[in-house]
Amino acid sequence: MVPVKKSIAAAGTGRYGIRPGFLFCRTTQRKHDGYATRTQAARDLEHALFGPVGTDGDGPAQVAARLVHEQGVSCEDIARAHLNRMEMLEPKLRSFLPNSVVQGRGTLADVVLEEARGHDRTLAKLVTAEERRRALPLAGVTLGVKDNICAAGFRATAGSLALSRYAPPRDATVVDNLRRAGCVVVGKTLCDEFGMGSTTESSASQLKDVVGGAATTRNPWDLSRVPGGSSGGSAAAVSSRQCALALGTDTGGSVRQPASFCGVVGLKPTYGRVSRFGLIAYASSLDVPGCFGSTAQDCARMLDVIAGPDPADSSSAALPHPPPLSEGGYERLCRQVSGEGGDAKPLLGLKVGLVRETLRRDGTVEEGVLGAVDAASEALRGLGCEVKEVSLPAFDLSLPAYYVTAVSEASSNLSRYDGLRYPAEVEAGEGGDEGFGGRSLMAQIASSRGSLLGDEPLRRILMGTYTLSEGYGDALYKRAQVARKRVQQEMLARMVAGGGECDVLLTPTAPTTAYACGDKELQDPLQMYLGDVMTVGVNLAGFPAVSVPAGMSLGLPVGVQVIGAPFEEGAILNVAHHLERSLGLNLLPPL
Amino acid sequence: MAGGPLRRAPGPLERKANLDVTSLIIITRARTTTRTTTTTKQGRAVACKARTQSATVRALLAATLTRSAAPRDRSIPWHHARSLDWCRPSAACFASSAAAVDAPAKPVSTTEYETVIGVETHVQLDTNTKAFCSCKNEYGAKPNVNVCPVCLGHPGMLPTLNERVVELAVRTGMALNCEVHQESKFDRKQYFYGDLPKGYQISQNDRPICTDGFVDAPTFVVGTKCDAFPTTRVRINRLHIEEDTAKLTHEGQDSLAGGEGGGGATLADYNRAGVPLVEIVTEPDMRTGEEAAAYAQELRRIVRFLGVSSGNMQEGSLRCDVNVSVRRKGAQELGTKVEVKNLNSFSAVRSAVDFEFRRQTSLLEAGRGSEIKQETRLWDEQRMETKSMRSKEEAADYRYFREPDLPFLALRPGFADQVNAEMPKLPREARDDLLGLGLSVADASILSDDLGLFEYYTECVSSGAEPKQACNWLVGDISALLKEMKRDLDTCAMRPQQLAEMCQLIDGGTISGKIAKGLLPELLEKGGSPKELVESKGLVQISDEGELDKIVAEIVESNPKQVEQYRGGKDKLFGFFVGQTMKATKGRANPKMVNDCLRRALDQ
Repeated sequence: MVPVKKSIAAAGTGRYGIRPGFLFCRTTQRKHDGYATRTQAARDLEHALFGPVGTDGDGPAQVAARLVHEQGVSCEDIARAHLNRMEMLEPKLRSFLPNSVVQGRGTLADVVLEEARGHDRTLAKLVTAEERRRALPLAGVTLGVKDNICAAGFRATAGSLALSRYAPPRDATVVDNLRRAGCVVVGKTLCDEFGMGSTTESSASQLKDVVGGAATTRNPWDLSRVPGGSSGGSAAAVSSRQCALALGTDTGGSVRQPASFCGVVGLKPTYGRVSRFGLIAYASSLDVPGCFGSTAQDCARMLDVIAGPDPADSSSAALPHPPPLSEGGYERLCRQVSGEGGDAKPLLGLKVGLVRETLRRDGTVEEGVLGAVDAASEALRGLGCEVKEVSLPAFDLSLPAYYVTAVSEASSNLSRYDGLRYPAEVEAGEGGDEGFGGRSLMAQIASSRGSLLGDEPLRRILMGTYTLSEGYGDALYKRAQVARKRVQQEMLARMVAGGGECDVLLTPTAPTTAYACGDKELQDPLQMYLGDVMTVGVNLAGFPAVSVPAGMSLGLPVGVQVIGAPFEEGAILNVAHHLERSLGLNLLPPL
Repeated sequence: MAGGPLRRAPGPLERKANLDVTSLIIITRARTTTRTTTTTKQGRAVACKARTQSATVRALLAATLTRSAAPRDRSIPWHHARSLDWCRPSAACFASSAAAVDAPAKPVSTTEYETVIGVETHVQLDTNTKAFCSCKNEYGAKPNVNVCPVCLGHPGMLPTLNERVVELAVRTGMALNCEVHQESKFDRKQYFYGDLPKGYQISQNDRPICTDGFVDAPTFVVGTKCDAFPTTRVRINRLHIEEDTAKLTHEGQDSLAGGEGGGGATLADYNRAGVPLVEIVTEPDMRTGEEAAAYAQELRRIVRFLGVSSGNMQEGSLRCDVNVSVRRKGAQELGTKVEVKNLNSFSAVRSAVDFEFRRQTSLLEAGRGSEIKQETRLWDEQRMETKSMRSKEEAADYRYFREPDLPFLALRPGFADQVNAEMPKLPREARDDLLGLGLSVADASILSDDLGLFEYYTECVSSGAEPKQACNWLVGDISALLKEMKRDLDTCAMRPQQLAEMCQLIDGGTISGKIAKGLLPELLEKGGSPKELVESKGLVQISDEGELDKIVAEIVESNPKQVEQYRGGKDKLFGFFVGQTMKATKGRANPKMVNDCLRRALDQ
């Protein structure tokens, strides 16, 4: 952690109290004057929040919470610093949904600072750092929420025209949990429409050109490239420190792939570990809310807050219980050091399986990616792991089984967007103001759906309708379920939990580094789907996995994926944590 | 309606329940009109007409967060053990059409053809809250007040199963002698229509909660003599849980039916969306409209006795669709099946089957059998005929697949046993009880037809009333009076114990039946003890011989002319003297003793 100078603490606090808004009173008056007009304290705070991850491995979320808990910095000041950074970077990156605050609720700054002040009021009543930590473990941590997750006060468009004015009536369980833990929601991050895509280029909000800025979300490492998808906005925002943590959703790799492309840690928990309530469904049996953080530890702290059963989500798992917070939760598991190995070999005895099918040297996987996997294996050996190759013959079944399952469920989940219920920005169909214009209800629905849904959702709805229809359902959907079971069983059989030999599996997160914007090859849906080959099997099986940066290839970050047995998030975060420290990558994009 | 084998003179209470067809139509229409106007006034209904759409939809969506303070049913806890168990292959699959049945051909009116009938019934379960959210489940509320983001199908919302729904479904399944499955699953049934907020309905497709049961429906006909109820057995193929859709009210032309240039708006009331239903499907075991109606009636009785539903057909709590096909008697293969919907009374079930029989046989007779298409037809109550709604080619492919938002439904060990232990009395048992009390099949049939009446009667008898007498009062005078007063047994002031007391007063000679009859209106209106009422009004029967002799003597004295005529052989005048005595005593004289006294006085 970068040492926080005394000036911050001195400027920001009275004895225990917090003087909201003090640090940035001048910068907010003259926002665009840049650093020159800021106080020394403000500059120190920005350096602490936006600097690289230090040698001790504390990520921005941890730094922010520590500043609040221990040094009395106010949540409002931290939120303001992030708002300023967003304002500075958004024209280049476009990580966030513009005008995301629900009409009538004021400006983004109003909403964000009010929420921060609310946390400050709670904290003002507490005397010791320990009390503050217990009450609001993530105090002062800024949070980006993927636009397909409901956060009250913000629109939830899921990147679709069909929901362009939808104001969700309540928070998703994950957002609610994070807000209660002290997080401040700073905006809705852009995503592919309904989470269907790998580039974040298909969000409907990007249809309208923004003058003088990027038209689509950009990769902070290279502004001519995409951040990946579908949770690209979340990955870009965390990578560029616009927010400390971000929520994503992972249906077939939508958290891990952008995490790899943007050089951050992306965690996909076990299906059922985290509530889906409030997550706008794409494929309900595959969707999982996921965490983005700059470090594995940041992700672990986030998971501690959101993991656990939810009475509102019948598919959430009541057992096994998440590790109790009183014993340090996932965060402690994440930092855990193996007894015999000590600090030098913290993962001594851990068995890592390198999945042979994901490392084919036939050009399907980029050289730079293979290099990163090699580097990661080498580093893991250095940490005391036994690394050896394993085979997953059912690996090749994953992609077709995944797509058949996902499109089938998507065709069902998207039926409700019929243009009758959710007011859209663009009136549906011709003569929208004149009733159905003499058309039948069916014609009206068909026309609304055609104009409100983008190409990729329409394609998937059509495919899904086909795969479920009478006469084809058995040949496609039911066979996909059989294949899914096989993938699941086979993956489990490699794990110690299933009688196998590996504690975790290691694969590349994606076969390539970040794609160029508007890549022609990806216009072909099949090419785009191939990019998901490493990640979809994990969703089919429901297992947890984390993508952690393992190297750079031609100036772009490359991630590797660590897969664990069901409900073993602690184990994979542990591997990720030691791996990132051992590799010592300084991953701050050159902005 | 021609008198079929099942027809019998309805008792006064029944007449109330089964209104005749014409009055029914008017009532239905009146209700529709009022509902439509109130809906428009409320301005909270969703008009599917786009002109009014945006504003109302927005109002509706904004109003979604009003939560009712109704008692909540408990929701099923989530099952962790199944969270990794998504793709379990489904074991049981049900053939869509059952095989031909070897039931003996029943007598059908004229020809050598017979009808084969299967019935699908939707029964709304009487829970406090809806099937998958905590909105109130009530009939007749203002439109769109009992709604929430879950039952409106907002993005991101998830269903949670109401445990009470499972309990009531299992109870119904057991009463229908079904096999209750320890594990069942939920599926999505998908189609587009304005009444489906999510674009799919949560239902159970290939693994329903109950299968393979039967009902013995009584087919008693008034006027026939029998010692026990004659029944016909109808096998139940399956019973499954599903959610109801929104209720649509079409103004003017039906714009939702896909017709050209729909003139009127369609209003949607989402109060009904998500109300729990069980769908009960029979095997094609019935052969006449009477049998189909008898089955439907027995089913209604069962759900009412079980307390799982009001079974009110007019309110849509119980909705029957019948599948009708016609074949030559003795044939093994089934004919082409036609599904008839929109049957909102038992007589409609009977008439619709009869109509389809005539329609299909005449086509077969004319050699135009190929014109019988597999289709859905609507019953037109006014014209007493069915008309085509949609054919098989247009029929929806529901694209069923497992509902991923709900885990497999696994019953707690002992759950079914517990439900069984708490099983209320069934109509069949009620009928046996009544016959056991020495009542005739006809009386038992009436008393067991309605749960309220049956309970009232049993309580009355257990409070000491003589069974036959209590029965006569209930099905006779009391029913008639209540109908006159436009009240019913549940709301009238006289409790069963009081009726028993009245019966005992009659038995004990304290009052005459005639006096009792005179007291009934007041008892029904105000309640209170009949004994006290009799005493306070001084209506206690005069059974004192000396007192009666005195009164009789006075009458004989003041009517010398009549006495003379009577003694001269005009016997008919005896009645005159009885009347005079009753008049003098204001009806309080013990009739038997009056006779004795008069004879003594006149014949001396």
